[in-house]
Amino acid sequence: MAQDAAPIIRMRGIYKRFYIGQPNELEILHGIDLDVEKGEFLSIVGPSGSGKSTLMNVIGVLDRPTEGAYILDGTAVNRARDDDLSAIRNRKIGFVFQNFNLISRTNAQKNVELPMMYAGVPGGKRSARARELLEMVGMGNRRNHQPNELSGGQKQRVAIARAMANDPAIILADEPTGALDSKTGRMVMDLFHQLNREQGKTIVLITHNQELALETDRFVTMRDGRLYVGDTGEVVQYGT
Amino acid sequence: MGLSESIRLALEGLRANKMRSVLTMLGIIIGIGAVIGILTVGNGLTGSITGSMSGLGASNIGVTLQEKDDDTGGMASMMGMINPDDDDLITDEMLDTLRERYGEYIVGIAIGESAGSGQAKDGRLYANVGLSGVNEEYQAVQNIDLLGGRWIQQKDIDGQRNVCVVSDKLVNNMFSGNISTALNSEVKIERNGEMLSFRIVGVYEYEASAMGYSMASEKDISTAAYLPISTAKHITGAPDGHSGITIQASSDIDSQAMASVIEDFLNHFYRNNKDYSVIAIAMSSMVESLSSIMNTLSIAISIIAGISLLVGGIGVMNIMLVSVTERTREIGTRKALGATNNDIRVQFVVESIIVCLIGGFIGIVLGTLLGYMGSSLLSEPSYPTAGYIILAVGFSMAIGIFFGYYPANKAAKLDPIEALRYE
Repeated sequence: MAQDAAPIIRMRGIYKRFYIGQPNELEILHGIDLDVEKGEFLSIVGPSGSGKSTLMNVIGVLDRPTEGAYILDGTAVNRARDDDLSAIRNRKIGFVFQNFNLISRTNAQKNVELPMMYAGVPGGKRSARARELLEMVGMGNRRNHQPNELSGGQKQRVAIARAMANDPAIILADEPTGALDSKTGRMVMDLFHQLNREQGKTIVLITHNQELALETDRFVTMRDGRLYVGDTGEVVQYGT
Repeated sequence: MGLSESIRLALEGLRANKMRSVLTMLGIIIGIGAVIGILTVGNGLTGSITGSMSGLGASNIGVTLQEKDDDTGGMASMMGMINPDDDDLITDEMLDTLRERYGEYIVGIAIGESAGSGQAKDGRLYANVGLSGVNEEYQAVQNIDLLGGRWIQQKDIDGQRNVCVVSDKLVNNMFSGNISTALNSEVKIERNGEMLSFRIVGVYEYEASAMGYSMASEKDISTAAYLPISTAKHITGAPDGHSGITIQASSDIDSQAMASVIEDFLNHFYRNNKDYSVIAIAMSSMVESLSSIMNTLSIAISIIAGISLLVGGIGVMNIMLVSVTERTREIGTRKALGATNNDIRVQFVVESIIVCLIGGFIGIVLGTLLGYMGSSLLSEPSYPTAGYIILAVGFSMAIGIFFGYYPANKAAKLDPIEALRYE
């Protein structure tokens, strides 16, 4: 199979259990199948407590599944060591968080440079790339501002520029508009659409807002630890 | 991530909390400052004491009587705490045979005996003196510099003349500092209520010794007035022998070996004496043991001061732990963005090392100042040696690593999911 035909994310039978072997053992994900194609803009919808965050942690390689296979951009991640997971997060995933998580006391430019610093990109190249990305998200004139000098929308745009820093395989956005008013939320969504359309970025959006989900290419619903196609009752399932 | 990146990150972290960083450093500053200061003062003191002792004559050998059951290593006799009978004393005959036997190795034998203290008086003018009966060789052996006139000579001793050699301090007090007026003048010295009159034949340069640190003012300071030994004995009524002498060995022989030869030789005369024997100690071995005592002392005090360094280090660890907790979310974010556990560990250890190094450098500057001031007050001004500075830098760094590692490791091991969720 040709490389570009393979899905960026390929998950089969993902289980996640906590407190394994203890009386209060808890299974949050009950065998998830999920494929995300290159260039796709997918949203995962679900109420809180549905296992959405746990799934996001697994997709974002912050956590290992207890069981199942997960191939991200051609790399099997279920058995990787901690340092390998760090490298995968660094190169292949761009995180956008609900509460921005910019490093305080460090200006926008340095925040965008951070993932490149951990990737070992040399200083000059790093600085130029960060400048270019900040221009792209319309924050070129705020490069030297500290996070506490920026509005919520501006912070999220810096965070998106940071997510793009190492040109990752996917952008993983966790409730990116959750802390913003509807107008700035709209601007952030437009920015995602622009990145998806113009640069062909693969984006996975996690949200509880079905309206936002409807404007993406495809959406799946998380309910009680299982994924359903759209908002129908059909469980997402692939043959191996 | 390179080291320069880690240093930049650490400096950023420290700048963000200036007050806290300075307070944390304070423990290290005080610790390093105290250790450097104490070592420097100790060094200065040792140097000046051993220097002034060797100035008295590195090749000199002190010979004193010692009680046979003495267990102070000759200390008691050196402090004049013995009461030998007349026939226990070292006689001139013994010294003559010593000279006959070992004359080629002996430059001189100085005899100096205290004849009590007194006060020179002339109307309202006065000067405190300690009377000391000496022989001709005393000047050369004890290295006394004459500013004018001559030293006590054999003819003065043979003739039991009432002549004396006084210090420039006495000349300052009594003759307005004019040495030529003082020479050949009579000086009256009151001793135990008795007025004695001496003709001044020489003036020597007084040197304050580091050991005999005197609280007296310049005017009241007591200096030695040297008399012929025979005159002094006549005044005190003391017997002819000597309880202590100083022998200057020639500079091309080992004075410590010479000391034991002299001790053995003179002890022949004391074979049948049941109370006393002779002990001979080379000045060089005294200098050695004194400087080793001083070194041990200053190291011991430094170790006590070093405890404040330990407290400082614990302070660093405490603040680093607070800092890790405070920055939990930041650590989570960094991990999500691809920082490895080691990147995080290095960041915090480097931060701790930098706090300690900056503190260490300020401490070195402070300690140098303190040491300089302290040593100027007590003796010659001195500076810390390069060794102390290297030691201080190394120690600061070691504290940084030791006390920074645990908090840094705690940060490195944080679970990114937990850390990101931390409020």
